[in-house]
Amino acid sequence: MSGTFRLARRYIGYHRVRTAILLACIALTIYLPVATRLGINQFQRRAIRRAQSTPLVIGAKGSRFGLVIHALHFRGDPPEAITMAEVDGVDESGLAEAIPLLARFQARGHTIAGTTARYYEFRQLSIARGGPLKRLGDCVLGARVARVLGLGPGDRLLSEPENVFDLTGPSPLNMSVVGVLNPARSADDDAVFTDLRTTWLIQGIGHGHDPLSGETDSDDQQHQHKASKANLVQSAEVNDENLHTFHFHGEPDTFPLTAIIALPRDEKSETLLMGQYLSQETAAQALKPVDVVGELMEIVLRVRRLFDIGTVLMGLVTALLVALVMLLSLRLRSAEMEMMFKLGCSRTTILRIQAAELGLVLAVSMMIAAVFLIGTAAILPSLIDRLIG
Amino acid sequence: MIEISNLEFQYGDADFRLRIPQLSVAVGEKVAIVGPSGSGKTTLLMLIAGVQVAERGAIRVGDRSVAKMDDAERRSFRISNIGFVFQEFELLDYLTVRENILLPFLINDDLKIDANVQAAADQLAESMGIAGKLSRHPKRLSQGERQRAAICRALITRPRVLLADEPTGSLDPVATDQIVQLLLVRASEIHATVLLVTHDHRLLGQFDRTIDLVECQAAGAPAEAS
Repeated sequence: MSGTFRLARRYIGYHRVRTAILLACIALTIYLPVATRLGINQFQRRAIRRAQSTPLVIGAKGSRFGLVIHALHFRGDPPEAITMAEVDGVDESGLAEAIPLLARFQARGHTIAGTTARYYEFRQLSIARGGPLKRLGDCVLGARVARVLGLGPGDRLLSEPENVFDLTGPSPLNMSVVGVLNPARSADDDAVFTDLRTTWLIQGIGHGHDPLSGETDSDDQQHQHKASKANLVQSAEVNDENLHTFHFHGEPDTFPLTAIIALPRDEKSETLLMGQYLSQETAAQALKPVDVVGELMEIVLRVRRLFDIGTVLMGLVTALLVALVMLLSLRLRSAEMEMMFKLGCSRTTILRIQAAELGLVLAVSMMIAAVFLIGTAAILPSLIDRLIG
Repeated sequence: MIEISNLEFQYGDADFRLRIPQLSVAVGEKVAIVGPSGSGKTTLLMLIAGVQVAERGAIRVGDRSVAKMDDAERRSFRISNIGFVFQEFELLDYLTVRENILLPFLINDDLKIDANVQAAADQLAESMGIAGKLSRHPKRLSQGERQRAAICRALITRPRVLLADEPTGSLDPVATDQIVQLLLVRASEIHATVLLVTHDHRLLGQFDRTIDLVECQAAGAPAEAS
């Protein structure tokens, strides 16, 4: 047997280019479907875990998938706004605890999630460096945001205007970074957290004044004019000197949110609360993320089944190509085989040499595929984190 | 040593039919086989080696009847008794010269490569003048060197019969003389019987006897020459 393997090894080693092409084809055929399956499984697990840990999501009627993805992963276009009145409604119903969420603005490519302290408790987020939010204009960074942007407590982070061409829009807010969260291996790592009032400030519902200008709110028309004019030249920043000048216009009940995470007291309360949102007249909808993500996963699974069919076909094509290469190789090497036979080699041994060559190529291909799969498995969690959080 | 009687063989429906009524070759005899192309020279070698099987007649090599052996026996017989040298050398490009010489051991599970075999390969290569080329691949050798390596491969198992099918057909006259001389000397050292097919009549003087296959078939008796 050792002679057989020695000959096989020598043959494939001598024909390096041919062997390399075969190895690449077979290794890819093994790697691609397994890596895709690994990725999809990881994606499913991660998405479902987040959905399972979030009992109910309430938001404006519209895309169910859009609302859940937004509320769970801060991804996609923000849904239509609902108001703080919805939070009060949930709280007053006594059926659930409401965690408001406003996540429509960005800071250097990362979503700014305005919420309450209850959110951190609910998601079991803890501070790694610095401290919690203390005042208006403060923000706490998710672990990946801090790493990617290289920011920490004491640094500043500027919000992005919703529309850079709208010169009359609210000024970007120069937020003060007061803390960095521990890694949560979820969408929270990619978010910039503020309190709701700070996000409303970014939206332009509230603002402050330069304490040295002596401007007051007595003349509302003049006040509006100056606030807009200021947008042309500078960003807003909350500091010790101007903190007392910040204020909000309008009724708090009308202030916008993009979603509410509702934590029902029990199963019955959950059913009752969902029932309240079934009416055609309500402007909001209540969704169970686990159901919506389950539907989404059904679509993913259907796509995966299609992909599996493609994979089988690709495998067949590769197997046929390998068979063709082997047959052509046998034909090219017929004189060599005949010579071996004349020297006393049995036909079985000749077949064994061919099988050993194929076996070695397959074994090395599998090893290459395995190495790449191990590498993929190592980076997959962070890839999935970046994809869905 | 080699006894052939009433041998008949035909390839499928081919027109040509090899008929050898009687042929004897003594132990250690060096015989040149001549004849025009298609007269059955190579076929005769294949029948003696048991690569082809005669339809009729008997072939005895030593005390063994080749015609009566089954496939496995003929293969085993070839390994132990026959050395082959081909016109186109038929060395494997992907092996070194040393591995080519040791090829019979690599393709037969019954044969093992030990220190004695390695030493024999070195010694053969030394005697054939290719000792310095053992680690090279055949593509880096001259035609003459390749045929020397092929002769080493044929002799490494110390066969009782050496069958050479036009081994100098691809060589120039100077290399031809050297190669045939070396082949006969090395075969003599191991007392091997040599049957060498050639078209080169200059070489016949180096052999004990020449068999003209056309005459051999027509006369029904072994032809005598030289």
